[in-house]
Amino acid sequence: MNITLRVWRQDNPDAPGRFVEYDAPDIESHSSFLEMLDVVNERLTDQGEEPIAFDSDCREGICGMCGLMINGLAHGPQQGTATCQLHMRKFEDGDVITIEPWRAAGFPIIRDLVVDRSSFDRIIEAGGYITVPTGSAPDANLILVPKPAADAAMDAAACIGCGACVASCPNGAAQLFVAAKVANLNLLPQGQPERWTRVEAMVDEMERYFGSCTNHGECEAACPKRISLDFIAMMNRDYIKAKFKNRRLAGQRS
Amino acid sequence: MTTTDKGTDRGSANRRRPWAIEFYSSAVVKKWVMAITGIIFLGYVFVHMLGNLKLYLGPDPTGVFAIDHYGEWLRELLEPFLPRVGALWIIRAVLAASVVLHIHAAYSLTVANWKARPVRYQSPREYLVANYASRTMRWSGVIVGAFIVFHLMDLTIGTVNPDFVAGDVHANLIASFSRPVVAIFYIVANLLLGLHIFHGTWSLFQSIGWNNPRFNEWRRWLAWVFTAVIVVANVSFPLTVLTGLVT
Amino acid sequence: MQLDAKIPEGPIQDKWDSHKFNVKLVNPANKRKYEILVIGTGLAGASAAATLGELGYNVTVITYHDSPRRAHSIAAQGGINATKNYHGDGDSVFRLFYDTLKGGDYRSREANVYRLAEVSSDIIDQCTAQGIPFAREYGGLLDNRSFGGAQVSRTFYARGQTGQQLLLGAYQALARQIKLGKVKLYARTEMLDIVLHEGRAVGVITRDLVTGEIRAHSAHAVVLATGGYANAYFLSTMAMASNATAAWRAHRKGALFANASFTQIHPTAIPQSDDTQSKLTLMSESLRNDGRIWVPKKEGEERPPGQIPLDDRDYYLERKYPAFGNLVPRDVASRNAMTVVEEGRGVGSRKNGVYLDFAESIERLGKAVIEERYGNLFEMYERITDENPYEVPMRIYPAPHYTMGGLWVDYNLMTTIPGLYSIGEANFSDHGANRLGASALMQGLADGYFVLPYTISDYLAPLLGTQPVPTDHQVFAEATQDVHDRVDRLLSVNGGRTVDWFHRKLGKILETHVGMSRNELGLQKALREIPALREEYHNDVRVPGENESFNQSLEKAGRVEDFFELAELMALDALNRRESCGGHFREESQTPEGEALRNDDDYAYVAAWEFTGVGEVPNLIKEPLEFEYVALAQRSYK
Repeated sequence: MNITLRVWRQDNPDAPGRFVEYDAPDIESHSSFLEMLDVVNERLTDQGEEPIAFDSDCREGICGMCGLMINGLAHGPQQGTATCQLHMRKFEDGDVITIEPWRAAGFPIIRDLVVDRSSFDRIIEAGGYITVPTGSAPDANLILVPKPAADAAMDAAACIGCGACVASCPNGAAQLFVAAKVANLNLLPQGQPERWTRVEAMVDEMERYFGSCTNHGECEAACPKRISLDFIAMMNRDYIKAKFKNRRLAGQRS
Repeated sequence: MTTTDKGTDRGSANRRRPWAIEFYSSAVVKKWVMAITGIIFLGYVFVHMLGNLKLYLGPDPTGVFAIDHYGEWLRELLEPFLPRVGALWIIRAVLAASVVLHIHAAYSLTVANWKARPVRYQSPREYLVANYASRTMRWSGVIVGAFIVFHLMDLTIGTVNPDFVAGDVHANLIASFSRPVVAIFYIVANLLLGLHIFHGTWSLFQSIGWNNPRFNEWRRWLAWVFTAVIVVANVSFPLTVLTGLVT
Repeated sequence: MQLDAKIPEGPIQDKWDSHKFNVKLVNPANKRKYEILVIGTGLAGASAAATLGELGYNVTVITYHDSPRRAHSIAAQGGINATKNYHGDGDSVFRLFYDTLKGGDYRSREANVYRLAEVSSDIIDQCTAQGIPFAREYGGLLDNRSFGGAQVSRTFYARGQTGQQLLLGAYQALARQIKLGKVKLYARTEMLDIVLHEGRAVGVITRDLVTGEIRAHSAHAVVLATGGYANAYFLSTMAMASNATAAWRAHRKGALFANASFTQIHPTAIPQSDDTQSKLTLMSESLRNDGRIWVPKKEGEERPPGQIPLDDRDYYLERKYPAFGNLVPRDVASRNAMTVVEEGRGVGSRKNGVYLDFAESIERLGKAVIEERYGNLFEMYERITDENPYEVPMRIYPAPHYTMGGLWVDYNLMTTIPGLYSIGEANFSDHGANRLGASALMQGLADGYFVLPYTISDYLAPLLGTQPVPTDHQVFAEATQDVHDRVDRLLSVNGGRTVDWFHRKLGKILETHVGMSRNELGLQKALREIPALREEYHNDVRVPGENESFNQSLEKAGRVEDFFELAELMALDALNRRESCGGHFREESQTPEGEALRNDDDYAYVAAWEFTGVGEVPNLIKEPLEFEYVALAQRSYK
């Protein structure tokens, strides 16, 4: 198939960017979207131009490294699918495909389609863990976890940290990413001792980088792992409760 | 790249302010405040609509309109425990405080959200589920706010209603809605109000964290039904007056 | 050079305990006086860095990813083995030890494997406490499933995403240490060389992938947790960036590289669909539980699968191995698939796969049961191939998946360079010539959480009071200059072919001659073709752009250059080992029925290679393998 690409090119974080148009003839419809970009890049290199920078790694939808805004949709037109598992057969011969990087203050552009998502790491560092120094754990079966709790925690834990929630959110909010991790840990018995400090610390850190949730639901629709919006409600509830509980725990009066 | 040299930090990590201010400084709390004040407004809008339906009861045998009775009852509410119009002023005070909080929170969240994406997408966006109501909350909110100001000046204070007589609810309503431009403004504003409360009614469950698989699917239905009732009733008032069904 | 594996004395069940008692310790207050560099943040690297930080050491961790959470450990699907015996089905440390050793076709060290089995239980405890949402029974207890090569249920799993969940657990523990300031993270930073001083590892040279800055890091010890090298084949199930550069640069500086030819070819990947394909996608091995594998009986069959009558189908695994059928070990399943495809009986438009057919299971169990068991996998298959596996049989073909070979390490996981450790898939230690399913996650976490943090103090304790070699020392200046020179050299060739073009070609050579089946002539051919192609690479590669920017072509160019040298060693190692064992099948060494035939008299050793120069023949140093606790036996799955 023959397609035309309109790709955002930007040399470095501070440089002005622009859309550049590339013809991409003879693309295999079996190819994945990123393999199509590989082919375009091979041709660009052969012509002495610099290839288009984009992130990808596992290319099987689990590492969360890839992520492009394709025709105005995060990860493209196929729902529940990361960019790397999107295939060219989802497009028509002759299509013009526009590709943009994720855009958010918390995701500054590094080059072309590559953004810096380390703000997500800062949020996890703020409290997205259970404190268990290595070797201090009791026998695993001493901790009973009801199956529904384990299943719900796993639903949340499926998040791959790609940032599509932020990219698709009209407000540039990261609620779904943060809520998924909060729920993963707060739903489990192991996560209870740090439940309230965790949610407060993670949300506060999140708000340093990202916008706020106005319940559009766009994140859930864009999420390649179909993480549920319900986790955001749970996080909100835990956060409000935490604001009161943490105050009491600390013995503050003011 | 190291851990410290990136990302845009948009605030101070260690806040040390009075608890209430610190509490309110969080966007999640602001949304919670908007939801709580939203519930107050929804309750008020509902009661307000119920009260106004008395327009259709007409006059009693003594010739006093039911809606005027109702207006008087409101002024006497909780008398003699409270002085005359005391309860009314308490309600007004709560509403006014809620309005201030609701608008302030909305304003500051809007500003923060704009900052969260300083460079917009340079190509057209597509939306999968975000609907017209959710994406126009700011504008529907602003217009409804302006409408409420007009509405107060029209039927509470009377400054924009030349035939206004304090306490004469029925007559004031008829006088106001008999002006076609005003009636149409009321209709449009109420449609926008519907848009605003449709998203608000569903959304407040999320913001407060009322979330349970048992009732989650009912939240959208509740929003539809509630919005429909409010809009149909509220739009009917100017419509029936304008068309002469109510005189 | 004489290799000393430093295996402790005593009965096998006491070795690790007595070793922990005998190693020198660093007292808690002194740990903060040490600097440790950890390269890589997969299961092994993240768990090691987190644990070392918790113990009090100052850790610097380096990853070329944007976040530690991206490492390819994340893609492991099936599960993690442990000897909990929660099902009361007779599992024990000794049984896991035995299964692993046998599964590895008796080409691993008894003491290491026993220790791995011993600590496996601790891993499950640790990970559960971290909040890994392992599958549960209704009573709240942990669930297990069985996996290939074992007769007990000892595999713990978190849906089909066990690797992801375990990695996130380790990453979160690491994140906590980063927040506490005990670990410093350098993301999007690639290690390009190791620095030695007086024979010891004292630091590394890195390149910042965003700015191109070449930086020196110094430490008391360096830990390489940089994963495997299956990407040498170009088409593999590895992530795009997985590479051998860190391990290979260590090898060039003197660390021996062991069993380079031991690669695992996983039988159930989706076949290549076109020439532009960039990687192969694995489908979980569990599919073989309910799918039947077949190909048409006659060559060049053109009928669609549904129209091929039973009489014209060859269920070749069930025919040849009636006892195990479709559940034979990975190496056997892979080799047989290759054979039928080479006979011209392959399926699909490129004739490069075999059918994995669920029609009978769907008929027997109903579509709902199959959907419940494999729904995710079927969906993924359809997304990639656009074929509905409920209606049309899946097509599968083997793909390079894991490398058992790696840097040689002793019982302490230290390479032959003092102060340089290697953990996880990057070392060669525990899987012999073939790895069992659900054992990679176990080994990565065993090394990182429970082995290295103990053994490293033995090396560090005597260094108390010494400072790391300052980064302005001459050895760092020289190594930095070397890295600069190498980058400049790659950028200045300005030839006519892209890096990927060469990588693809190298992969083809390896796949053909150092793949699932190897022979003398083919390996010799590979040993002629690889250096020739490498020469061409040095003269004709085109690397656009510059060093001082985000330059993905440059990243790849360095990695592929190292793959060339490693590929040659893989072929040489395969040529040297004139026996078949595990994933290494030499056509010259097979039973009359065509099964792998070991030669324990001549090859019961670890082949450790010493670098002598690019294009030079490396020195072979043998570490003999002695088996005191298990009797060597020929594997049979008939």
